[in-house]
Amino acid sequence: MTNPVIKNAGYILVHTPDMILHNGTTATVEKASNPNSEYISHLSESFRRYEEVVNYAPNQVFIGNQKPETLIDLEMPWHTQKVSGERYGRFGEIMPQEEFIAMIKMADAFDLVRLTDDFTAMVKEKLSESSYFTESEIELLKEGDSKDVIIDILNDHHGEGIFHKGTLVGCVKRAHDLDTNLNAHVMLENLVVKASGVLAVKHLMRQTEVAPEAIEYVIECSEEACGDMNQRGGGNFAKSIAEAMNFVNATGSDTRGFCAGPTHALINAAALVKSGVYKNVVVVGGGATAKLGMNGKDHVKKGMPILEDCLGGFAVLVSEDDGISPVINTNLIGRHTVGTGSSPQAVITSLITQPLDKGGLKITDVDKYSVEMQNPDITKPAGAGDVPESNYKMIAALGVKRGELEKSQLMDFVKTHGMPGFAPTQGHIPSGVPYIGFAVDAIKAGTLNRVMIVGKGSLFLARMTNQFDGVSFVIEANSGISACAEDSGYDEKEVKKLIAEAMRKLAESLTE
Amino acid sequence: MSRYTGKKIVIIGDRDGIPGPAIQECLKPLDCEVIFSSTECFV
Repeated sequence: MTNPVIKNAGYILVHTPDMILHNGTTATVEKASNPNSEYISHLSESFRRYEEVVNYAPNQVFIGNQKPETLIDLEMPWHTQKVSGERYGRFGEIMPQEEFIAMIKMADAFDLVRLTDDFTAMVKEKLSESSYFTESEIELLKEGDSKDVIIDILNDHHGEGIFHKGTLVGCVKRAHDLDTNLNAHVMLENLVVKASGVLAVKHLMRQTEVAPEAIEYVIECSEEACGDMNQRGGGNFAKSIAEAMNFVNATGSDTRGFCAGPTHALINAAALVKSGVYKNVVVVGGGATAKLGMNGKDHVKKGMPILEDCLGGFAVLVSEDDGISPVINTNLIGRHTVGTGSSPQAVITSLITQPLDKGGLKITDVDKYSVEMQNPDITKPAGAGDVPESNYKMIAALGVKRGELEKSQLMDFVKTHGMPGFAPTQGHIPSGVPYIGFAVDAIKAGTLNRVMIVGKGSLFLARMTNQFDGVSFVIEANSGISACAEDSGYDEKEVKKLIAEAMRKLAESLTE
Repeated sequence: MSRYTGKKIVIIGDRDGIPGPAIQECLKPLDCEVIFSSTECFV
């Protein structure tokens, strides 16, 4: 058996201010319950400009231009601290809204998305300048429709509007007359997942030497469901993303687990690679329009801009052992089981110390923990506190209880084994996975040896169970010796000895 | 007698803090009635 390794990770943000108003649940619920809402009528005044979103420190960390630790010394609130940011980063990019609207059209396989001719012409020109889109992808935009056609679809055919800078620039048609799972709202939500997933995979593949043809399986792990009225979550985003990426030798499936979905998906990917079923598996999660502006009311109440103005996306490539890339240690998997219980101590034990105990490791043997990495600049003003810090404190407290660190070292542990949150509150996006790109780089560089990824999910939100969920895994430095060699009884010392003996004999024969 | 004696209790737990069932468990020995318990996700 081979060891599963993580070769690369891609991370993207998409600035989508108009979707806060038209697609985020906080705004749409407010509009439905209070049509004359003061909040809605002034909401757009609290939107940030694209440049502000690029120059926002946590966003620069998310795409890999700054390390998470740089946020430690940055005074909060971070949204008042303008940094010098770039659109493109080590792991991905921050895409502006107009280009992403074009990507929604590209992601549409059933001619449901219609964009105005003016907008189409404008965005085609912008995309032509980018090296990330092929001519055949840009051709998918076609020529566009007149605004009258768009308005007709909205008024008479239950379409969902697409807006840019407050102006109607297109719409999504419903995909069925009566099927609520194929109505225009759901179709837009799902096309956004697909398009943002494609963007994340594009940035993943840009970083790797693995050819698109070598990808054998894709696992999509966002929190939406695509299907029709007979199979609401029938699927599957994964294969649609594989098709868009021209992964001709891949199939795929969707894995769900609320915010824990990505960590479940990565463990599944590791198992598929370790067992030899597939050599290269891409795990991808697209973004959620519903969560845009989720805590907006609290932000506006405090005179802040709406900070939940970006969709997030990520993609990770799990491959067979290359002798270099960090390894997912499948012996150290943590899981919250049905019988675990819900006390914080039970939860942390199941996710953190039980897997470590299997490897004879202490809490302090893990250099960095990547937990719920929500940006506290977003959550603290909304009353949800500093979520990563709470998680780190609980891990440290268990370490104190186990006698692995002193109580006085608790906050020091939070600082050295943790990091400030930097990910958008997009549910599955901040859960464990945001640090994988940094972990791969740091482990390869030798500055870190072991990182634990922890994903948690609020299953009770689906009202099927009161259970919470969580899983974890450990990424370690690659020893350079493949598991295949270990399994086959390969003994490096023995081989060296045999070679030395052969060389000695050769030397003796030459001198005779 | 505790501050909870004879009281009806509504519990709203936090997934990343103390979940509802854990709080409920702590209240069991006390003379009070839990009329609602839920865990919420605030992120």
